[in-house]
Amino acid sequence: MMQLLRPVLILVRKDILLEWRSRDLVVSMLVFSLLIVVVFNFALNVTPQRVTVLAPGIIWVTFAFAATLAMNRSFVREMEQGGLAGLLLSPVSRDAIFLGKALSSFLFMLLVEAALLPIFGALLNFPVLSFTLVLTIVMATLGFALVGTLFSAIAVQTRSREIMLPVLFFPVILPVIIAAVEASSASIGSEPGVGLNRWLPLLAIFDALFLVICPWVFAVVVEE
Amino acid sequence: MPVNSVGDAIKLEGLEKSFGDWPVLWDLDLTLGWGQFLVIFGANGVGKSTLLRILSAQARADAGKALIAGYDLQRNPQAVRSRVGVVAHQTFLYDDLTALENLVYYGRLFGLNDPEKKADEALSKLGMDRRSGQRLRSLSHGMQKRVAIARAIMHRPSILLLDEPESGLDRGSVELLRELLQEWAESGRAVVMTTHDTELGFSWTGQLGLLAEGNLHLSGPEGTGDSAEFLRRVTVSLGASR
Repeated sequence: MMQLLRPVLILVRKDILLEWRSRDLVVSMLVFSLLIVVVFNFALNVTPQRVTVLAPGIIWVTFAFAATLAMNRSFVREMEQGGLAGLLLSPVSRDAIFLGKALSSFLFMLLVEAALLPIFGALLNFPVLSFTLVLTIVMATLGFALVGTLFSAIAVQTRSREIMLPVLFFPVILPVIIAAVEASSASIGSEPGVGLNRWLPLLAIFDALFLVICPWVFAVVVEE
Repeated sequence: MPVNSVGDAIKLEGLEKSFGDWPVLWDLDLTLGWGQFLVIFGANGVGKSTLLRILSAQARADAGKALIAGYDLQRNPQAVRSRVGVVAHQTFLYDDLTALENLVYYGRLFGLNDPEKKADEALSKLGMDRRSGQRLRSLSHGMQKRVAIARAIMHRPSILLLDEPESGLDRGSVELLRELLQEWAESGRAVVMTTHDTELGFSWTGQLGLLAEGNLHLSGPEGTGDSAEFLRRVTVSLGASR
């Protein structure tokens, strides 16, 4: 277990240090997300009567778009001077490399989401201090990070990487987005809790599936 | 005194590699003992980098058998990776980390004890100790290359694989590199490097090889061939006039 965990933590530490130095990923995700929220807020005319219907959709469209931005950058940074090749040359299992990259992305996304959630709450006027909403966000973000890391590793090797990632990412992540929207609706809706017992386990199942499948496919993808 | 005297450093038998319908290496045999220094010449696109990528477990051969430091490349690539050091065209380093941070990161990945000390030692060996606190992006191309060489030797690999390591280096750095590689081979390890530079390759003590038509043709100071004739073959193959 430590053999897997140690390189994962080394990778995460390096990614955090790189992000701390450049701040390009978190800042661009935040600015982009804020722009989406503002656009949606005006475009959809979110009244107090419609907030429980519209807010979950707005939240998850924003988070999903922000996730693609994070994913695109995650492996581009690794490719710039051949960092990924250097990683693959080290005696570290491919599973550890995948999990390290996925964990970094997961943490960066959670950070941005934590900053955005109070803004969502203020703009759209709904309670953000809901345990089930936070749990939904953590579980769906884990799914985003796992699938996104895999497809980012695939897309970065293609010429049209910026286009390729969303094209590959969204069809696979769609069930997670649907489950996250439904679970969020149940968390902030007029009847809190209704439907949660269906959508949260579904999110957990998707996460478990991705946690098994994605590292395995990643190992195949990065081997020539 | 050899570092690892068990078997050969590198043993390749019938190695083959194609890209689609385009064969690059075929029926390639090579035996390189411990303490040997092999310089491989070859024109663009003959498969020099591909051969090094296979030897460092970055790419898979289509057929053939490869034993690196006694480990089967197909069955145990992870053991091979911990025993080879690679210098490629890319540095494998991160622009926003300092030279020292880059090396410490790789030292940790290789599971080294006291990676800070080993990174310091490697940087000193390449004359980069005074620049160790500078971010990589602020270093010149030649200095970045020296840091990349320090990264490759930091974990004291049994086999060093270098793909045109002299490119981007000034004369002083090339001389430093020559001394380092010579020392590496003399300590009982093995070195394989590729180059286009015939003058440089022939001036360094080591076995010489020409990669052409998918196969490796050896000559060298060990008396395995006429070096004048070999030089002629290399210059013809590289398309250079001397």
